[in-house]
Amino acid sequence: MATYIPTTPDELQEMLGAIGVKSIDDLFAEIPPELRLQGELNLPAGMSESEMARKVARLAETNETVDKNVCFLGGGAYDHIIPAVIDHILLRGDFFTAYTPYQPEVSQGTLQCIYEYQSLICGLTGMDQSNASLYEGATANVEAINMATAQTGRSKVLVLQTLNPEYRRVINTLNGALGVEIVTVPFEDGAVDPSRVQELMNDKIAAVVMQYPNFFGSIEDIERISEIAHAAGALSIVSANPIALGLIEAPGKLGADIVTGEGQPLGIPLSFGGPYLGFIAAKKALLRRMPGRIVGRTKDIDGKIGFVLTLQAREQHIRREKASSNICSNQALMALNATIYMSLLGRDGIKEVAYQSFQKAHYMKRELAKVEGVSFPFTGSFFHELVVKIPNARKVLGKMSKKGVFAGIPLDNWFTSLKDCVLIAVTEKRTKDEIDNYCNMLGGFING
Amino acid sequence: MAEPLIFDLNKDGRRGYALPALDVPALDPADHIPSRFLRQELPLPSLSELEVVRHFTRLSRLNHSVDIGFYPLGSCTMKYNPKVNENMARLPGFAHIHPQQPEETVQGALEMLKTLEDQLAEVTGMDAMTLQPAAGAHGEMTGLLIMKAYHKKQGNHKTKIMIPDSGHGTNPASCSMVGYEVINIKSDARGSIDIEDLKAKLSPDVAGLMITNPSTLGLFDENIGELASLIHSVDGLLYYDGANLNAIMGWTRPGDMGFDIVHLNLHKTFSTPHGGGGPGAGPVGVKKHLEAFLPNPRVVFDGKKYKLQTKCRESVGPVLGSVGNFLVLVRAFAYIMVNGREGLKNASAYAVLNANYMMARLKKTYHLPYDRFCKHEFVLSGKSLAQYGVKTLDVAKRLLDFGFHAPTIYFPMIVEESMMFEPTETESKGTLDCFMEAMEMIAREAAENPDNLKNAPLKTPVRRLDEATAARKPDINYFQRPE
Ligand SMILES: Cc1ncc(COP(=O)(O)O)c(C=O)c1O
Repeated sequence: MATYIPTTPDELQEMLGAIGVKSIDDLFAEIPPELRLQGELNLPAGMSESEMARKVARLAETNETVDKNVCFLGGGAYDHIIPAVIDHILLRGDFFTAYTPYQPEVSQGTLQCIYEYQSLICGLTGMDQSNASLYEGATANVEAINMATAQTGRSKVLVLQTLNPEYRRVINTLNGALGVEIVTVPFEDGAVDPSRVQELMNDKIAAVVMQYPNFFGSIEDIERISEIAHAAGALSIVSANPIALGLIEAPGKLGADIVTGEGQPLGIPLSFGGPYLGFIAAKKALLRRMPGRIVGRTKDIDGKIGFVLTLQAREQHIRREKASSNICSNQALMALNATIYMSLLGRDGIKEVAYQSFQKAHYMKRELAKVEGVSFPFTGSFFHELVVKIPNARKVLGKMSKKGVFAGIPLDNWFTSLKDCVLIAVTEKRTKDEIDNYCNMLGGFING
Repeated sequence: MAEPLIFDLNKDGRRGYALPALDVPALDPADHIPSRFLRQELPLPSLSELEVVRHFTRLSRLNHSVDIGFYPLGSCTMKYNPKVNENMARLPGFAHIHPQQPEETVQGALEMLKTLEDQLAEVTGMDAMTLQPAAGAHGEMTGLLIMKAYHKKQGNHKTKIMIPDSGHGTNPASCSMVGYEVINIKSDARGSIDIEDLKAKLSPDVAGLMITNPSTLGLFDENIGELASLIHSVDGLLYYDGANLNAIMGWTRPGDMGFDIVHLNLHKTFSTPHGGGGPGAGPVGVKKHLEAFLPNPRVVFDGKKYKLQTKCRESVGPVLGSVGNFLVLVRAFAYIMVNGREGLKNASAYAVLNANYMMARLKKTYHLPYDRFCKHEFVLSGKSLAQYGVKTLDVAKRLLDFGFHAPTIYFPMIVEESMMFEPTETESKGTLDCFMEAMEMIAREAAENPDNLKNAPLKTPVRRLDEATAARKPDINYFQRPE
């Protein structure tokens, strides 16, 4: 058994003596006997590091990875290229074995990184302020809706049906619990017609929640919808893909009041769903409603620049039940991950990742169009994800998976009207060969 | 010299990373995306790879961390994070799988989840678990939703949750997030819950009682059996904030104490790293009668295959867009495997030993408000230093000069000038001795040369920071600095 306890038997005796007890058991004496665990926990015995590592590696090996297979899955998590530098920095114990920067004098590394992260997110989204991170993309919208209901004093929200259906379910669970009434605005042709939003808009609505590009990859008209929201005194909440923002305009320039999103595309491994990174950024007027930690720049008593947690009067440890959110631990290390990614790729690099993803997805659409039996239910502009209709889609996807291609996500999971429709994501990591091979294989399975 | 901001290292045209060349024919995006949706400016910096490496490496050296030194931050369980767990979390079979892959391609991942659920249920004495919540506070919210669902099904009209005045800030904040009101319960002279106060405030509209045991004072509440009966007598539920589980693993279990709902903080008790403020994981366990309300998807095993079940009629619904902070869960899984049943029990044994060893010595120098054996942490008061004009904050800052992290200060709020110490089991006697010498030296300094404390820290990368100006004139975004 490996042990992480350094105390020797001699030291144990000395320590017990200093406390004035005979055994460690004595320190647990106040636990009433009937509450004591009788016998041992029903768990396996411990083992050495090397035995454990072998067992865990065996278990991991039973999974099929995106390295050995080719991944065209998206739906909120994307198989992008991840530079090696990131993990080397994340593995520095100074970062990953520290906690929340409660003592700023010995936490300047973490604090400055968060300040840089907040600024990068503001730059990317075109907003005024951000925070130290939220859990992930779905709960980021929950926080945004809480901000909007608090700000407007209204308790109804419009959620576009083109928002990631998993996010919509989380909104139903968490905002629904607080009595927020959630009205879904249906799509046509892969996006929501702003006039539908107009029809449902009134002065009871706190916010409209939309995704950009939306769940189907289409570019939702967030500008027009934000105008409609503003005219009724409602806020515009946009859940954005951060990589897409290398090619499409910042939501802040198009009227968004709060921008949220899933930061996984910013260099975070797919990790079967987490840990990922929820980001949130908002307009100035919403500063006091922001959830979670915020880092500010200031000076120390010698006049030296330094960073601190600030505006804490919003937070749970001070305001308790009146706090703007209950969040405490967030996803700081993943925010650092994204910060390193954005710094390393830089302006030109992020643009290029977006550009290449766009190009490859559009190439793929042209090639798919040549496959007999394949059709496209939607016609609008898209970024790097598209919906394709394939005869007997589920069967075909199963066959492709056996041949090492994760060919797409079947949409009938969430949308009964989209039977045989598949969501396909194409990132800069896919090659022409992989795309061509996909189309050939697909043709074979459909028509073979 | 201070490390410049990443933006000030910018050099237009510099590249830190090269992508493979585009190998498909290119279109003009302007022909496919309406011009108002095309990005105009992108204010991100441009740096070389080495500049990025140096920038973040330099910043990292400004942090205190568990890897560098003692970190007795109470309530946070800053124990050693085994390095091998980082390797496990980076196995491609775990790190490089997509959440939407076909189930048959992720059987190992699902098996890991199911096994960990069962193991955590065993450690806590609960019947079923969800691993979905991303942190402790998220677990609280999830547990409270389960409580709400239970009462709804029972036809109970419940609006309030009882929380002791020693409770963590997330407890009342989580209540508000799900629409419960908070009733504060006092602590008694022993630091336990004041049963008389609780009885006086108990009424049919109380949905539950939310506590840690040991409490945030590090004290085990022997009345837990009675508390459970009392809350159950109004069909309320007993909620366990598992932040302090590191005190009792293998010794007693929340499930056996009468708790109905438990959340854990894997980033505390199960040694997954804190990451500078996350990611963590906040699994929630429940007793059988609440299992149907757990969030979905649930991981199920049908004897042959593992599946993610989403159709659970009574479920509160998903609380996260995925199965949870998966790679954090992998680390906890590896930790439990290495420790095994006796290792976990020992971890708690030595955590409690270390805390009592420190308390026994430090109470001679600092005021100990509740003088009884503690569990994994204990709370001292710095109020005796007030006569020298010295505050707990000054003690904390002076500790930084000695190369230690400070204890948690000003929490719990019921102790004046509180300092909360949690040494954890992974610290040696030698480290504890050095730390206590520093604490004693600081007490002497307070009497002899209080300015040393009030001016501390002197040796850290920056000294005390102007927090008032930071809040008054927020500079929180490089692109919008105040004048
Ligand atoms: C007693 C207690 N409860 C709850 C929490 C919240 O946990 P988390 O930060 O994981 O959300 C903490 C965290 O410090 C805590 O100490």
